[in-house]
Amino acid sequence: MSTQTKSTVAVIDYGMGNLHSVAKALEHAADENTEIVVTSDPAVIDAADRVLLPGVGAIRDCIAEIKAQGLIPVIQKAMAEKPFLAICVGIQSLMAHSEENGGVDCLNHFEGNALFFGNDHKDVDGTKLKVPHMGWNQVTQTMNHPLWEGIESGARFYFVHSYYIVATNKDEVAGTCNYGHDFCVALARDNVFAVQFHPEKSHKDGLQLYKNFIHWDGKP
Amino acid sequence: MGLAKRIIPCLDVDNGRVVKGVQFVDIRDAGDPVEVAKRYNEQGADEITFLDITASSDDRETTVHMVEAIAAEVFIPLTVGGGIRTCEDIRRMLNAGADKVGINTAAVFNPEFVREAAERFGSQCIVVAIDAKKVSAEGEPDKWEIFTHGGRKPTGLDAVEWAKKMVDLGAGEILLTSMDRDGTKNGFDLGVTRAISEAVHVPVIASGGVGNLQHLVDGVTEGKADAVLAASIFHFGEYSIQEAKETMQAAGIEMRL
Repeated sequence: MSTQTKSTVAVIDYGMGNLHSVAKALEHAADENTEIVVTSDPAVIDAADRVLLPGVGAIRDCIAEIKAQGLIPVIQKAMAEKPFLAICVGIQSLMAHSEENGGVDCLNHFEGNALFFGNDHKDVDGTKLKVPHMGWNQVTQTMNHPLWEGIESGARFYFVHSYYIVATNKDEVAGTCNYGHDFCVALARDNVFAVQFHPEKSHKDGLQLYKNFIHWDGKP
Repeated sequence: MGLAKRIIPCLDVDNGRVVKGVQFVDIRDAGDPVEVAKRYNEQGADEITFLDITASSDDRETTVHMVEAIAAEVFIPLTVGGGIRTCEDIRRMLNAGADKVGINTAAVFNPEFVREAAERFGSQCIVVAIDAKKVSAEGEPDKWEIFTHGGRKPTGLDAVEWAKKMVDLGAGEILLTSMDRDGTKNGFDLGVTRAISEAVHVPVIASGGVGNLQHLVDGVTEGKADAVLAASIFHFGEYSIQEAKETMQAAGIEMRL
């Protein structure tokens, strides 16, 4: 059967809605040998070759839904053994803790926290900066990584977020961005890669990152 | 280097066609929404706004299908507005592939709807659209009021106070249209744009009145807008998105080129 030669990317659907753009962008980036499955079924996630953890909504609901649907074990198993990509709230959910919603403990895969920009955020020269950080900002690549293949350091990606990552282990930071101050927007360790921006909304460079993920063997 | 200012072409869609009216009359046909959206995507638009101006709700299904078709091929943010009145309307548009929804009249009649929507779907996807008109006379301190029904009905609400209230209720972005300027090609109302942008902490999109590229520059430098929205200057081929971005960058504005 031809299906056995196909590789599968499971997009984890934990019930927060709109995964349409993520799935469509992955399909666009995929070749005929790759199947994209949006699923909340642990068995399907476990059987997939690659797993994508999207981020939708607020962190409290996100973590609560992941727990309620019994997805923690399969997510942790996937992060231990196969190419795994987390996006937006997905990266925040992999940290130890987030300040959002009065403070939420997260999955603690990466050491560090998600902090609020604040409603009085300012640039170094005192200019008021809007929060959320919404729009196209430049990502400086701070390590070589297969997921950056074909993407220039300094390329612009689309962001929408009010909380930013502070990573404890600087050698896990794969990319940074500046909005008032520098902060981490990509983390990498072994077979896990996580980004703050939305590749599915970032035009050609975003699609290239998804293409790289679809072909990634999980080695840094 | 940092966050770029955005250029957002707007598709006003009536009965499945992109149209552009001058102050909402004298409608001109500008093509199929899916084709127009693809063209702007290729030209480097930073986002696309799809505004359903169809009067009857019968055609809402058509809008859902068009949003699906655009979202399947356009990988930049897509905002859908027009006729969003309930959380169910929002859910349908997000599931069809919209990233954000614009709430306009429904917010005026029921401000709590904005809170409910932001709590359920997140502030990041709730854009409150404000239609403002200048109501102060010459020599008086500037004052702008919210209007509904295509600029015909005054509400008595002060535009700046209203914008602050919408953000307090959970709006993640403000789409500000000057009803005095819309369709005139005389440029944005920079006074109201600046007053609102300085009063709120969320991004403000300036809309209404763009007739040339200098107007886009002014919207950012003088109006302090975070993004500028225009329709007819792009629809009828007067300027491309790329030209607009180059002009803005040459004026010292950080852009995604």
